[in-house]
Amino acid sequence: MSAVSVTVPSRRQKWIAGTVVIIYALVTIMPLLWIIATGFKTPSDAISYPPKVIFQPSLEGYVNLFTTRSRVAPDTLAALGEPTTWYDRIVRQYDMVITGPSRYGARFLNSVIIGFGSTFLSVFLGTIAAYAFSRFKVPLKDDLMFFVLSTRMMPPIAVAIPIFLMYRQLGLSDTHLGMILLYTAVNLSLSVWLLKGFIDEIPVEYEEAALIDGYTRFQAFVKVVLPQAATGIASTAIFCLIFAWNEYAFAVLLTSGIAQTAPPFIPTIIGTGGKDWPAVAAGATLFLLPVMVFTILLRRHLLRGITFGAVRK
Amino acid sequence: MSEPLSQRAATATPPVLAHRIRGLSDRAIAWIFVAPTIALLLAVNIFPLIWTIRLSLTNYRSNRPNAPVKWVGLENYQKILHDPDIWNTFQVTAHFLIWTLVLQVLLGFGLAYLINKKFRGNDLWTTIIVLPMMLSPAVVGNFWTFLYQPQIGLFNYVIAFFTGADPSSFSMIGDVGLAPWAIVIVDTWMWTPFVMLICLAGLRSIPPSIYEAAECDRASKWRQFWTITLPMVLPFLMLAVLFRGIENFKMFDLVVQLTGGGPGSTTELTSINLKREAFEKWRTGYASAYAVILFVTVFGLASIYVKALNKVKDR
Amino acid sequence: MKSKLLFSAAAAAFVAGATGAKAEDLTLCWAAWDPANALIELSKEYEAQSGNTMHYEFVPWTSFADRMLNELNSGGHLCDLMIGDSQWIGGAAENGQYIKLNDFFDANGIKMDDFIPATVVGYAEWPKNTPNYYALPAFADVVGWTYRKDWFARPELQAEFKAKYGYDLAPPATFAQLKDIAEFFQGREIDGKKVYGAYIYTERGSEGITMGAMDVLYSYGFKYQNPDKPYDMEGFVNSPGAIAGLEYYKALYDCCTAPGMSNAYMGEGVDAFKSGQVAMQMNFTFTWPGFNTDPNVGGDKTGYFPNPAGPDGEQFAQLGGQGISVVAASSKQAAALDYIKWFAQPSVQAKWWQLGGYSALKSVVDAPDFATSQPYAQAFLDSMAIVKDFWAEPSYAALLQASQKRFHDYVVAGQGTAKEALDGLVADWTEVFKEDGKL
Repeated sequence: MSAVSVTVPSRRQKWIAGTVVIIYALVTIMPLLWIIATGFKTPSDAISYPPKVIFQPSLEGYVNLFTTRSRVAPDTLAALGEPTTWYDRIVRQYDMVITGPSRYGARFLNSVIIGFGSTFLSVFLGTIAAYAFSRFKVPLKDDLMFFVLSTRMMPPIAVAIPIFLMYRQLGLSDTHLGMILLYTAVNLSLSVWLLKGFIDEIPVEYEEAALIDGYTRFQAFVKVVLPQAATGIASTAIFCLIFAWNEYAFAVLLTSGIAQTAPPFIPTIIGTGGKDWPAVAAGATLFLLPVMVFTILLRRHLLRGITFGAVRK
Repeated sequence: MSEPLSQRAATATPPVLAHRIRGLSDRAIAWIFVAPTIALLLAVNIFPLIWTIRLSLTNYRSNRPNAPVKWVGLENYQKILHDPDIWNTFQVTAHFLIWTLVLQVLLGFGLAYLINKKFRGNDLWTTIIVLPMMLSPAVVGNFWTFLYQPQIGLFNYVIAFFTGADPSSFSMIGDVGLAPWAIVIVDTWMWTPFVMLICLAGLRSIPPSIYEAAECDRASKWRQFWTITLPMVLPFLMLAVLFRGIENFKMFDLVVQLTGGGPGSTTELTSINLKREAFEKWRTGYASAYAVILFVTVFGLASIYVKALNKVKDR
Repeated sequence: MKSKLLFSAAAAAFVAGATGAKAEDLTLCWAAWDPANALIELSKEYEAQSGNTMHYEFVPWTSFADRMLNELNSGGHLCDLMIGDSQWIGGAAENGQYIKLNDFFDANGIKMDDFIPATVVGYAEWPKNTPNYYALPAFADVVGWTYRKDWFARPELQAEFKAKYGYDLAPPATFAQLKDIAEFFQGREIDGKKVYGAYIYTERGSEGITMGAMDVLYSYGFKYQNPDKPYDMEGFVNSPGAIAGLEYYKALYDCCTAPGMSNAYMGEGVDAFKSGQVAMQMNFTFTWPGFNTDPNVGGDKTGYFPNPAGPDGEQFAQLGGQGISVVAASSKQAAALDYIKWFAQPSVQAKWWQLGGYSALKSVVDAPDFATSQPYAQAFLDSMAIVKDFWAEPSYAALLQASQKRFHDYVVAGQGTAKEALDGLVADWTEVFKEDGKL
C-alpha cells in the first residue's frame, strides 16, 4: 500500500491499464446483462434477428415463468369475457389462459431451504471442528485436515453413485433432508479450512485471559472466540450458501421433483412448442441476483473463500 | 501469504494451551467438537468410497435391484483401460483442461497486472469482472446456448459484426471443430477472474523495496518483470492452476448444459461420460471402477503437483 | 342446472365415502408437451367426480427419460401415475417399478382387445406379445411428416420442379423423392425469406437422433434381430440396406437442413416449422394439432403425410407414444388405479381425441367420421398402421446410448462410415445382451 515514488505507475500507464480492464469488464458483463435484458423481452423480440438491444420492455417472461398456461378455443375464450388483470391480458394475446402457478416458486423455495439448512449445519459443525483443530492437539490432525479437503477432489458424479444407492436404501432420495446432509458434508471441507484460518488469527491470549478469569473452556469458546470470529463465520456462511445455491450435479442426480432445487429446473423451462427464452432468462435473473449482491458484499473476503483460506489477503 | 494446503494444518496452529481448568477437559471438548464432522464425513464420504471400491469389482446394476450380483474381479478396470471411447473422453478432457488453463493464466495474470496499476475505480471494475465466477454454472451455461445460436445469438452476431461473416454460417456448439472451443470460451469467461484474484494477491505481496533496489541497480523494467514479478507471483499462479485444474477435471454442470457432450462425442468430458455409464446405462459396477480410476488420477496428479509447488515455494 | 351439479357432487362424495376411499392428492408424471396440457383439461372432470386432486410433474422430452428413470430407479415417491415412454416397459416390469394391471383390467372390464393392437404391444405388454400388461395405452403416437401445402401448390414452383425432376411436386412417396424435394427447397427464397428443405431429428442427449434415423432405416431394410433367432443382429442391424439408410440420413442432414440444427429434437422442429423456416418437417404426430391451429402455418398451409417408402417399397414408421402405469413405490395405488379406470372409459377417450390427445381406443379411431374429423387424422391412421419400435428390453437405456453415440458420431460429427457405425452398433448391442445373459 505504501508505494514509494519509483514503483508508482505513471499517469499514462494507469490510463492504459484502466482502459483495457474496463473494456474487459464491459465484455465480460455483457452475457449477464443480456440475461437480465432477455427476461424483459417478448418471445418474438428475444429471437429476432439481428438481436435487439433496444426493445419495448415486457413482463411476459416473468408471467410465463410463474404460471402454467393453456391454449383454448376462440369461442371458449370469448365466453370468458374481458381479462381482469394485467397478466391475464398478456396471456390472452396468445389465445391462452392461465391455468395455475408454475413450479418455479416451489423449486426456488427448495433452493432456499436446502441452501440455508446446509449452510447452517456446515458452519455450525465447521466452527467447532475448526476450533478444535486450531487449539488442541488432535491425533492425526494433519491427515484429518487433508482428508477433509480430499473430499472435494472427487468428481461429484463419482460421489453420487454410492450416495444414490445409500439414499435409495434409507428413503432419502428426493428429500430435503438428504440434500441438506449431502451439501453439509461437501461444504464442511470449505468451512473447516476457512474457519480454522480465521480462528488461528485470533490471539490465544484472549482465551487464556478468560480461562484465568474463571471461564470454562466452553465458555471461553462461546464468549471470547465466537464474537471474534463473527466476520469470518459470516463470510464462510455466505460461501457455503453460494455453493449450495449453485450446485447442479448432485441435485440433478438425486432429486426429481419434491426436493429439486432451481439449477436443474431452470434449464428445463419451456414454453408451448419451443424454448421460452424470456421465461428462462427471468428465472435465471431472479436466481442469480442474490448471488451477485452477495458477491459485492463479500468482495473483501472473496479471495480467501475461493482458495479455501490458502491465500488470505 | 500462501502456503501449500497440506502444510497449513501443521504450521499455522498456535501453541497448544496448557491450561485445563474446570468444566470438560480440553481433550473431551476436542473430541466432541471434531466428532460430528468426522462422523458425517465417514457416512457421506468414506463409507461410500469403500462401497464404490466394492461395487467396482462386481457387475451390479442399480436399475436391477433384483438381479443376482456377480463378482467379476478386476474385469471392469480392464475393460475401461481398453475402451477407446474412454481414452477419447480423456483426450477431450485434456484438451479442455490445457486450453482453459493456458487462457485463464494468461488473461488472469494480465488483468491482475493491469489492475495492480491502481487506476481510479479499479475496485469497482474488479468486482464486476469477478461476478461470472460466483454464478451457477448450470444456469449460466444453459443461457450460453442461447448466446451461441446461429443468427439470433448475441455471440454469433458480435463475431459476425467484427469479421463480416454471416452470423448463421457457423454454429459454435453444433460444429465438430468449434464445439471444443465453445466450452473453453465459456469456462474462460467464467473462471479467468479466479486466476486474476489470486495473481493480484501475489502481485500485492511483493514489497516495493525489492523494486526500489532493482531500480537502483538500473535493471530494466523488462528485467524486473522476469526476475522479480514473475518468480514472486509464481507460487500464487501455481496454486490457482491447482484449483482450476482440479475443478475442470471434475467439470460437469457447465458443459453438460452447453453441449451435453456433443456433437458426436467431441466435448464428452470424463464426468459426462461417467454420468452416462452410471445414471443412463446404469452400469453401476463398471461406473464405480471408472470413478475409482478418476479418483486415483486426480489424487495422483494433484499430489505430484503439490510437491512441485512446494519446491517452487522453498526456492 | 346448478342444483343438478350440486347433486352429482354430493352423489360422488357419497359414493367415495361409501367405498371408504378418501380424497387423495395424486401426482401424474409425463413429458412437458401440448398433450399434457390437454390432459390437465381432461382430468378436471375426474377431479370433480372423484374428489381427488391431480398434481402434475411434466418434464421436457430431452430430460424426461433421464429424470423419470432416475425417479423409478431411486424408488422415489414423486409420481403415483407415470405415463412413461414405450421403451421403459421392459425394465419397469422386470424390476417391479410398475404394478401389473391384468387383475385390475379383468375386474373392471377393461379389455386390451379394444385398443389398437400396435399400441397394446408397444405400450402395455412385457414380454412383448404376451398377455402381461403393465400399462394402459394412453397416447398413440408415431413419427410422420408435415409439409408446407401452400408452397407446394405454387404454380411457378410446380413448373420448376417438374422441369428439374420430371415428376410433380407433391408429398413424397419415397425417401428418394423426399430428398429431391428437400434439395429443391434448400436455400430458396420464399416471400423474401431464406428457407430450408427438411427438418430431421439430430438430438444427442436423450433419444432424438435414434428416433429420426430409425424412422428412415426401417424402410431401408434395417431389422433389430434375426426373426428366427433372437438377439442375432449381425447382417440385420448392419445389413446393406440399413447402411444405405444411414447414409441417406446423413446425406439428408448434410444437404437439406437449416444451419445449427445439430442437436435438435421435437421442440426445435416445431419452432422451425412454425416460423416458416422449412418445407418439410419430421416429427411425432402429437405436434400436428398445434400446427393446424397455428396463426402462421395453420389451416390450409400445412399438409401431413406418413413416412415415405424405402427403395424396395418397404414402409415403416417409428412408434412413439406412451401407456399410463401405476408406480409400485406409490402409496396411493388404489386412487391411481381409479384414475386409470376413469381414463379408459370410451366417453373420456372420445373427449381425449377432441382435446388433442391421440386416443388408442379402437372405438374412437374406428368411428366412421374419425378420418375426416381433423385434416391430419388420415395421415395419423396411415402412420399408425406401419409402426415399429426400438428395443423395449430392460437394458433399453444402454442400447439407446449406444445408438445415440454411433449415429451422432457418424451423421452429425461426420466420423467414420455408415458401415463402421452400424458394425459398431452390433458390437455395442451384443455386449449389452451378453452382460444381460441373453447371449
